[in-house]
Amino acid sequence: MEAHAAHRPVAPRSRQFRLPGVGAGLGRGVVVLWLSIIVLLPLAAMLDKSLSEGIGHFWDQVSQGQAKKSLELILVCSLIVAGINAVFGTIVAWLLVRDNFPGKSILNAIIDLPFALPTIVASLILIQLWGKNSPVGVDIALTRTAIVVALCFVTLPFVVRAVQPLLIEMDRDMEEAAASLGAGGFTIFRRIIFPNLLPGLAAGVALAFARALGEYGSVLLFAGGKPDTQVASIFIGQQIETGNEVGASAVSIVLLLMALVCLFVITLIQRWGTRHERAQGAGAGGLTVMPVADGGMETLDPGAEHLDQEDGQRE
Amino acid sequence: MSRSTSSRWGLRALGLGYIAVLLVAPLILLFYKTFEEGIAPPFEAITSGDGLHALKLTLLTVVIAVPLNTVFGVICSLLLVRHKWKGNWLIDAVINLPFAISPVVIGLSLFLLYGKQGWFEPGLAEAGIKVLFSTPGIILACVFVSVPFVVRETVPVLQEIGTEQEQAAETLGANGWQTFWRVTLPAIRWGVVYGVVLSTARVLGEFGAVSVVSGNISGETQTLPLFVEKNYENFNLPGAFGAAVLLALLALVVLMAMNLLKRKEAA
Repeated sequence: MEAHAAHRPVAPRSRQFRLPGVGAGLGRGVVVLWLSIIVLLPLAAMLDKSLSEGIGHFWDQVSQGQAKKSLELILVCSLIVAGINAVFGTIVAWLLVRDNFPGKSILNAIIDLPFALPTIVASLILIQLWGKNSPVGVDIALTRTAIVVALCFVTLPFVVRAVQPLLIEMDRDMEEAAASLGAGGFTIFRRIIFPNLLPGLAAGVALAFARALGEYGSVLLFAGGKPDTQVASIFIGQQIETGNEVGASAVSIVLLLMALVCLFVITLIQRWGTRHERAQGAGAGGLTVMPVADGGMETLDPGAEHLDQEDGQRE
Repeated sequence: MSRSTSSRWGLRALGLGYIAVLLVAPLILLFYKTFEEGIAPPFEAITSGDGLHALKLTLLTVVIAVPLNTVFGVICSLLLVRHKWKGNWLIDAVINLPFAISPVVIGLSLFLLYGKQGWFEPGLAEAGIKVLFSTPGIILACVFVSVPFVVRETVPVLQEIGTEQEQAAETLGANGWQTFWRVTLPAIRWGVVYGVVLSTARVLGEFGAVSVVSGNISGETQTLPLFVEKNYENFNLPGAFGAAVLLALLALVVLMAMNLLKRKEAA
């Protein structure tokens, strides 16, 4: 946050609005205490538990048998899902920005459904269409395909909402210039549109990947917990039930580390995206206080947390 | 021209087809299956003792967890945006953590902290407070998962509005609280409300974290999402479908609220 604040025109300190009444010191104390009790202490207890029988035991717990298989399975499935949603998410975002058809605003609204719908309900509705009583006769329940479908469902909004604002902002002059010089549709996409979308697309895909790694509810009923469809989160749940707390904690720590690496990559992508933009001169105007025309919608986007920060830097 | 038209139709077919088979058709099918034999079976299942209890418990978690995180979120956003401090990046990173952690892992971490041999176990046992497998544990899980939403939605709005109006209020003699209530809060309200809507949706539907800490005891520690799972696994389909439809309807209300707020913000 600090870095972003540095890009904004900041009023002289004495005139700046401070936290009312209580003052910054007390407020900071409350925030740190709250985050410690709610978030950090439980995680510390888990880390402690995972290492309680030594680092060697930790390693044994995550590198063998079902634990290793479940971690590998979720990694592969999340990669596949990230790829699928990169393609379809971009297509849907394209339809929402560049195409016009009846019902477009409804489409725009239901994209966020996976954010709003409880994951266990997602599991249940996917079984209705793709389970053993499937009206179209496709039964993929309790298979690895079901894992991929469930993860596609819950991560769908991430890519769409990351790409959409970039498409809205994109200058169409370049495309028109390319077209007038004789470039075909695919060439224009590959040479002009795609490079411009890349930072947002990459961040959206990384967010989807991070979310997919930990997904639990939507996979639980639809893909089940058989040995060959057991993803890491389901494995952790079963280890808790059987009382192997150390094993469950160790796999949890590995899963957490993978997600953190992913978030770190997202931060790097943002930096790169901002620099990319600044190089084009878009981010050079450091004096604008007013947000861009569609900035409100962008920043209100749950699927694009990273955009908040991008906005901050762009100003 | 015909080539670009055909590629446009191709894209439409792909994009809309994907949304149809992934989102729309399964959801419609759920509603159809639920009400196939009339409205009575699912309605009776949710208004049964256990169903009603699950609904009440779910609403209780929302009523406690969401306001707590809203107050925290507003204070935290003000600190992050308006008060430079060396540790702000760390606060920011910790706030994002619940997004990165699997719900089951969140449940496990609470389970270990408050459970047998946990760090807090001796003190809690002495005080006679039961956290795990009872309501406090469920609420803690819901608070954990919904920490980031209000902060994430309020911070960018605070950055956008700048400090000019606040300075004006201050120059005109308003004190800190007056400035906050009359200038800052009205300016950020839609951001805060959007965060509240997202938190509510998450708490209403939280499954993984709650399932680990609650013990899933019918009529006691069962929230609505847990009710769906247990009834489905016990082949009590009217109960599972009825509760799922209720949650889906709530999700649709949340969606409508989200879109309304986006339009308000854009206007």
